[in-house]
Amino acid sequence: MQQPDDAAQTKELEFVTLVAGGQNFCIEITQIREIRRWSPVTILPHSPDYVLGVINLRGAVIPIIDLAAKLGFPRIDPTERHVIIIAAIEDCTIGLLVESVSEILGVKSDMVRETPKGTDDATTRAILGIIAMGDDMTKVINLATLLPNNDPVAA
Amino acid sequence: MTQDSSILNAFFEECEDLIVALTEGLEAMREGHADDETVNAVFRAVHSIKGAAGAFALDELVGFAHKFETVLDEVRSHRLETDDGLLRTLQRAGDILADLVDDARAQTPANRNAVDPVLAELQALLGPETAQEEEEFVFEAMTLDFGPLDDAEGGYRVTFKPSAEFYATGNDPVLILKALSELGEVKTQLDTSALPDSFDAFDWSAGYLVWTVDIPGLGTDLAIRDVFQFMDDLCDLKVEPLTEESVPELLEPDPVPVTAQPVAPVDEPQEQAAVPAPKPADRTVKKPATTLRVDPERVDRLINAVGELIINQSVISQRLQEADLPNSSDLFSDLDDYKLLAREIQEGVMAIRAQPVKPLFQRMLRIAREAADATDKDVELVTEGESTEVDKTVVERLADPLTHMIRNAIDHGIETPDQRQAAGKPRQGTLRLSASQRSGSIVIEIADNGAGLNRPRIRDIAVERGLIPSDAVLSDPEIDQLLFAPGFSTAKEVTNLSGRGVGMDVVKTAITALGGRVAIATIPGEGTTFSITLPLTLAVMDGMIITVCGQTMVVPISSILETIRPTESDLSMLGLKSQLLHIRGDYVPIIDLGERLGHPASDKPMADRVLLLLQTESVSQCALAVDDIFDQRQVVVKSMQGSYGEIVGVSGATILGDGKIALIIDPDAIAHSGAMPQHIHTSPQGDRIHATA
Repeated sequence: MQQPDDAAQTKELEFVTLVAGGQNFCIEITQIREIRRWSPVTILPHSPDYVLGVINLRGAVIPIIDLAAKLGFPRIDPTERHVIIIAAIEDCTIGLLVESVSEILGVKSDMVRETPKGTDDATTRAILGIIAMGDDMTKVINLATLLPNNDPVAA
Repeated sequence: MTQDSSILNAFFEECEDLIVALTEGLEAMREGHADDETVNAVFRAVHSIKGAAGAFALDELVGFAHKFETVLDEVRSHRLETDDGLLRTLQRAGDILADLVDDARAQTPANRNAVDPVLAELQALLGPETAQEEEEFVFEAMTLDFGPLDDAEGGYRVTFKPSAEFYATGNDPVLILKALSELGEVKTQLDTSALPDSFDAFDWSAGYLVWTVDIPGLGTDLAIRDVFQFMDDLCDLKVEPLTEESVPELLEPDPVPVTAQPVAPVDEPQEQAAVPAPKPADRTVKKPATTLRVDPERVDRLINAVGELIINQSVISQRLQEADLPNSSDLFSDLDDYKLLAREIQEGVMAIRAQPVKPLFQRMLRIAREAADATDKDVELVTEGESTEVDKTVVERLADPLTHMIRNAIDHGIETPDQRQAAGKPRQGTLRLSASQRSGSIVIEIADNGAGLNRPRIRDIAVERGLIPSDAVLSDPEIDQLLFAPGFSTAKEVTNLSGRGVGMDVVKTAITALGGRVAIATIPGEGTTFSITLPLTLAVMDGMIITVCGQTMVVPISSILETIRPTESDLSMLGLKSQLLHIRGDYVPIIDLGERLGHPASDKPMADRVLLLLQTESVSQCALAVDDIFDQRQVVVKSMQGSYGEIVGVSGATILGDGKIALIIDPDAIAHSGAMPQHIHTSPQGDRIHATA
């Protein structure tokens, strides 16, 4: 009985690693729809500073979030070299502005470790866990915490 | 579970159609067409609802439908006189039945206070309860026409000749034979003698084959009936008890294995029947199989895709113009074709969502009836243009405003029979509800032949309620518009019809939310007409393309009264920041759109800017200051709710010809946020600014 359970727990996962605010992060590949070059956005009134605006993605209106600013880093000053990751969470599609996207990381699911307790800031709240990568490590982003309307007061 | 609920949903959808048929039939009866066919149609509708409701154990519904049906049966067999009283009871019963269906759907208990009196009325028509009732009820469920059948111990012989329609509707004889074979040991024989000799003479759509299936040892024919349920007019069927002689006769030929039955002619017509065939369940309901039920979400997806196609087309045409190609280029004529096709697809797709206003109007008949009863007035509601088609969402959202307007017209517009007689009018008042299509919009009119608006009284009330200063000089249309002012009511006392806390202002809000307008025309002593003008669809809107602080935005045309280029003398300051626009003797507040949306204040002097005079709900009039006006065109409306959430002052977005997104301004919210400044620019968590409204 133990066998199949173990197999289920240690399934292969793939993550796309990226850099935002100068640090390594990653997002599970199944949540990513596409990766695009930065293009100018339409500014939304009364939006928080990490919301850059909206873009037209083949007819759909997609909000773009500055991932660094959302995680508490200084805002990214977007240029042509910056990248937008289009990600789907639940029924929502959002775009994340990041500094760069580096590689696809294949890991066993039991290699995702819990975030060490003891710190609580914008970054750790948005982290599902951490993955060791050789000498370095990368942090798994919890996309659900990034949704612009995912705050209880906005109704 | 999902299966169950989908069947249940299908049932409720059927019910909607049946209720429409029922209402239509009752209406026809009321108009004096109580012929057998109409009564039968009404009976069938009630019967079908009862039958299906029984399958879902909706006891309240079944009980009521049963009583209703019994009365209708009496009417059908001319044992009951169709007088006014009876017709009124039948209509009430129809209303209650519709309510019960709604209740069953919402899984709320029925309103006994409404149901019981009507149930009692029905019972009164039937006289003392009859003993045969229960028996009849069981019998009613068997509507299959099989002729007399005797119970026999020796099994049955089924002779089964599918008709061409049997194949055309996607039925498969193999399934029937399989089902029969499950009843016991079967001996099957296929008679192919009707097949033409030459292949050329073969008619693919004809049914040539006759099967004879003997099922010895079957005690009753009920199981066989079950197999052929819903097939009674799709095949020639004979079920007869097996006799001694017939058994050996059938043992002679090779008993062909049942599964080997489908010979080419059987298979072929089936493939032709790729057209969605009516489900067997549909057969119990007599309705033309010309409609298609589609999940609205799929249609929405299609509409979205087409919207993108249109945008894509305008992007391409803009790119081509930029490319500076010679005018003679074939590309341009190809592009024109593309444009035409795209428009055609768009129109076609929009038409899918369109729905006739008929069901809506029929609901209004009931509202009018109830309102007339409640006010002791004699009112006839005449409907016109029922086949006019409007977007489904519009139809749904019109129900409440129309209900209110009809109640209002009956309560306030139409006089009592005595007053009417005194005024030299017929005692019965007439309310005309009509729909028509006029160049890209739908016009719905509610016209009564009542007393007309009493303008001096309306003015007095408005003054009394503090809506206008007592010395205000108002034109007649302006007085009429006061009806829509929040807090306005002409009713002297609160009746059980009006005075429910909703006024005509709610009507106007609902209509404006649909992108429409309401106008009033009245002639004292002759009546009042309310006209509602609505866009054909909600997915497309007439918008004014403007710029403010370098951003392109869209303001809905429906709320713009006029555009003004102000001169210095038109403007006056109110305190340090606020400005007023002086227009036709009135002072109107100016709202800087850019500032309201959180952009830095423009350094452009007001006199260099453009003002849009807006009519909104919260502030009767205000002027919206923008930098420039570009264009006036139809835009495809995209909701922001799903992707981002609500933004104060923005009702949605659209995609412009160059592929960029432009926000659509919600003039009401913009004006409102100005009227209540304390509600905006306050944020509980500091990083987000939004209204708490």
